[in-house]
Amino acid sequence: MSTEIDRQWTTRLRKRLTGKLPPEKLLPDTQPAYVASWIYVFGVTTLAAMGVVIGTGCILSLRGPQWWHESGVGHFVNSLHLWSVEIFFFAMIVHLWGKYFMAAWRGGRALTWMTGVVTFVVSIVTGLTGYVSQTNFDSQWISTQAKDGINATGGGAFFNVLNLGQMLMWHIVLLPIGAVLLTALHVLMVRVKGVVPPFEDTPKTVKAEVAQ
Amino acid sequence: MSKKGFRPDVDAPEYKGKYTPYDIIKEGTIALVVVALLTVLLAFVFGSPDERAITIKTWSDNAPVDFATTALSELNGTSATATYGAPYNHNGDGQAIGPLNLAKLVGVHIPIDTAHDFVVGPLRTQPNNPKLTTALATWTTASTSTQTAWLDNYTKASSKMKVVNGNVIVPATNAGPVPIMINDLTQMAQSGALDAALVAGHGFYTTNYTKPLLFISDGTYLAAVAQKQHILGEQWGMMNETGMYPGQPWLWLYTMLYQIPPYSTTWADNADIYVWATMMILTAGLLLVPFIPGIRTIPRKVKVYRLIWREHYEA
Amino acid sequence: MSWLASLIPMDHYGHYISWHFIQVSVANLVIIVLMVVTFIAALLLPFPGRARRRGNK
Repeated sequence: MSTEIDRQWTTRLRKRLTGKLPPEKLLPDTQPAYVASWIYVFGVTTLAAMGVVIGTGCILSLRGPQWWHESGVGHFVNSLHLWSVEIFFFAMIVHLWGKYFMAAWRGGRALTWMTGVVTFVVSIVTGLTGYVSQTNFDSQWISTQAKDGINATGGGAFFNVLNLGQMLMWHIVLLPIGAVLLTALHVLMVRVKGVVPPFEDTPKTVKAEVAQ
Repeated sequence: MSKKGFRPDVDAPEYKGKYTPYDIIKEGTIALVVVALLTVLLAFVFGSPDERAITIKTWSDNAPVDFATTALSELNGTSATATYGAPYNHNGDGQAIGPLNLAKLVGVHIPIDTAHDFVVGPLRTQPNNPKLTTALATWTTASTSTQTAWLDNYTKASSKMKVVNGNVIVPATNAGPVPIMINDLTQMAQSGALDAALVAGHGFYTTNYTKPLLFISDGTYLAAVAQKQHILGEQWGMMNETGMYPGQPWLWLYTMLYQIPPYSTTWADNADIYVWATMMILTAGLLLVPFIPGIRTIPRKVKVYRLIWREHYEA
Repeated sequence: MSWLASLIPMDHYGHYISWHFIQVSVANLVIIVLMVVTFIAALLLPFPGRARRRGNK
């Protein structure tokens, strides 16, 4: 009986997941002492900004895509959405710079780096679809310009930036799902592998390098 | 792992040092509160831009000669959209990178016949206009060579186009029904009916603005407004926003490429595809940094990490 | 609710800085400079809790 239960998909998946990420790794209460620099706050800041972007986006969805043109409150929520996006990109890029100079891909963390880059690219596309969904002059200009680059790749036949309905649905459904899934993967990988340790570097090593 | 096999830019040493208390939920909460407050402050102080969309009506009201000239280019097949090629039509080769013409390979998936979709089709929807009905009948029953001759005669005289008392006047001879078609389309645009006709093709509802956007962008009015806002391509516009707002500084490299040779010179006619190809290669490079010798060595050589982990090294 | 629109009027044409072939808006330049300053500050500023970390043996 227990062998049958052990062979079940559910049992195997649960054991795999809890093996890789037991609760104390998923929600740790300690961290290595070397995690002691302000550069480490930009990952969680990016995450927080993403939360505000999605939250304000949800509020905009409550009253539809025209609301912010017709209402002062709607316009304010749109402003919240814009500035949380600016903070999101600001924090994400400072986070990227920090992670590069830490060579954070070391020790089997290449996938963590790569999911971060893909999330960056997906965020840019999400931003583009947002810009062309504004239903104002900006949307008109950005879409008529962006179409040339996208058309040149052949992608314009399927991804039509002039089609508001399509762009809005990519912006509020497909891309957020992609961005959230990629971000979750990225964060869970950090939990599984831990924060990358410092380079092996002692005063002796540095002196030897300087002497050379 | 033996010391011999250890690659300092790929492998990480095993950490056997101290651990300190860490409240991950508290950290996340603080970050959320701080970001939310900062967002509210920025939104309150700076707001967000909302320049009104341009309609075909505003375009034709403010620049009727530009509108009528563009309408003519749609009818005579010389507009940017008419000669675009894939994905809109077969009238152009589109951009190529070397021998590879990706758009053409994929083909026409958003068919646009500018003469019909932007001029004849919308004009047909106009009611109670016997002169126009006759003009359209004359146009559609004429041979292609006759239509071409009319268009050539009208186009030759179009540089002297004037709008007088709401009528488009071009001193053309033997232009057949073309003067009536261009004049009536301009008046249709100024009434707002053309905005509706271009989107109502499939019925009452639409969320697809491909046709009116292509039509508007074929003229010069949209670009003139964009130039005042400093968002043209040659103004590094891809990075910019209307008004005094910040735009998309993260697009600096993408837009910079358009400004420099060979993208701005030898490859200018195919700049979009060359820029895309370059950005795809560079993005792949960024993605694969962990695997690129040299690039992945820079952090260890530059030693910015000694600032980040200075406490660890002092211990 | 016009007071919600923005405290500082931002709808005038922006200011742009030209240097050789580079053109950048003041707003974008401010953001870029802020990012670099933030990065450098994050590297240099001491992180709180140093004594606590030293004491935890």
